[in-house]
Amino acid sequence: MIIKGRAWKFGNNISTDHIIPGKYKFKTLDFRELAQHAMEGIDSEFSRRVQPGDIIVAGRNFGCGSSREQAPLVLKHAGVGAVVARSFARIFFRNSINVGLPVVICPEAYEAVEQGDLLEVNLAEGMLKNLSKGTVFNFKPLPDFLLKILLDGGLVEHYKMHGKFIWE
Amino acid sequence: MPQTLAEKILSMKIKRDVSPGEIVVVEVDAAMAHDGTAPLMIQSFKAMGMTKVWDPSRAVFVIDHIAPSSNEGTSALHKMMREFALQHGLNFFDVGEGICHQLLPEKGFVYPGGVVLGADSHTCTHGAFAAFSTGIGSTEMAAVFGSGKLWLRVPESLKVTVTGALKSYVTAKDVVLHVIGEVGADGATYMAVEYSGDTVKEMSIDSRMTLCNMAVEMGAKTGLIASDEKTRLFLEGRCQAPCKTIEPDSSAYYTDELIVEADKLEPMVSCPHEVDNVKAVAEVEGTPVDQVFIGSCTNGRLEDLRMAAQMLKGKKVKCRTIVMPASREVYLKALREGLIEIFLEAGCAVGVPGCGPCVGGHHGVPAPGEVVVATTNRNFKGRMGCAEAFIYLASPIVAAHAAIQGKIVHPKEVS
Ligand code: SF4
Repeated sequence: MIIKGRAWKFGNNISTDHIIPGKYKFKTLDFRELAQHAMEGIDSEFSRRVQPGDIIVAGRNFGCGSSREQAPLVLKHAGVGAVVARSFARIFFRNSINVGLPVVICPEAYEAVEQGDLLEVNLAEGMLKNLSKGTVFNFKPLPDFLLKILLDGGLVEHYKMHGKFIWE
Repeated sequence: MPQTLAEKILSMKIKRDVSPGEIVVVEVDAAMAHDGTAPLMIQSFKAMGMTKVWDPSRAVFVIDHIAPSSNEGTSALHKMMREFALQHGLNFFDVGEGICHQLLPEKGFVYPGGVVLGADSHTCTHGAFAAFSTGIGSTEMAAVFGSGKLWLRVPESLKVTVTGALKSYVTAKDVVLHVIGEVGADGATYMAVEYSGDTVKEMSIDSRMTLCNMAVEMGAKTGLIASDEKTRLFLEGRCQAPCKTIEPDSSAYYTDELIVEADKLEPMVSCPHEVDNVKAVAEVEGTPVDQVFIGSCTNGRLEDLRMAAQMLKGKKVKCRTIVMPASREVYLKALREGLIEIFLEAGCAVGVPGCGPCVGGHHGVPAPGEVVVATTNRNFKGRMGCAEAFIYLASPIVAAHAAIQGKIVHPKEVS
């Protein structure tokens, strides 16, 4: 799977409260509505300006805080193609795979990407290209079974396709 | 191979020795979702085409995050939970029963050696009973509800040894805030934080739960404490499963170790807007406070209410102060001990057991520019429902002092 889009840069410790404030998530399961508040805690313009396929590039501990799966889901519904970070909080990381939002751990990329750069991510090969700067970075691809869940489109789709979970 | 507590519990569970980094598939002993995560779980469960919960006696739903509901949308989601719980015969705790992490041990779902998964990040709290417990998302919880199993990565462990006696106004909360300040908000990502040492042995179950509760604030998968006689006494009469003593091996390998000299600790606060922005109370002395919240799965237990009541007895609060017991059981005990009376006479608002203002859904959302001292576990911007408020995390003692003084003050100076 290859994802191509513009970079949106964020710093360290972006929490799930930044990604989707708790006050919204209790009220609805309508993700078209929730997606309008994506990243609202840090950038109120984000959900209006993000384009399909755009890539979030963040620092350490992206997605820390609550276990809300609404966080990767609102990013996905807002059109985010992938999140590249120095590191992720563990529940966000698991949730992203389970909802089919590509996540990439690539510490080197952070400094080498500027807001708006055009990026291309190859998940299976573990390669991130900064097309605007002409630089290339390698990252460790996900373990096979996680990559499979992700490429199937998340855990629900995965289960529907195979009738069981890959770890069963 | 000598084993850490995490390795030992998971090895016992799958009946072979495991090592860190390995992926194991475990059978789950208890699974929980609450009103913030269950609706999405139900949706995924149905979308997968599942029709049966693997073992309803081990499955728990709790309505605690927005309880009672504050709006129609939330009420509809609560209704969806009630219907699902009834249809599948789940253990169901409705509005007013309390916070999920308090209820699971109180109601006997947690025991040493058990694997507890919750669709909530503070599920790590149950490590206080030597259970392997961690938070997962809604769709994974749907998989657990359907199959009773999940994959887990065996974590590396960080050993935190706490030794010496705490000063009278220093609590488990100050210990864990200190540790978070040292380790950082992502310093223990994916690890188990294992607490040991004579101070931890001396601590009550309530205090141990406070320590484990905030493990996720260091990025950890779980917090863990060996089980002992105190664990057994707490679980007696609550839980059918035997209360085993589970301890780590003395020569187990830890990725990192931290030693905390308890007698040197001072009251701490975690300052806005990062949980690892930890300072001694003395450094922020005098900060004016608009609202105090005493409660949550971190510090809403009987011991916490006792500490707060001791401070508030015979005094009047200078700023609005909300107290929420962590569960109905805690509330009843506090009522019978006269603590609730003390809170009311001091001018506090005492609320329904539940998460309350902690998560910003209702019940005490601050105004822009306001300062809150809360005994909770997170102070991210917007956490309590207002992105322009400033949240300081503190112990019930420091919070109660702030309420009396209308500002942050070192407890020594007023006690
Ligand atoms: S009290 Fe706060 S931290 Fe604890 S479960 Fe409720 S919302 Fe989460």
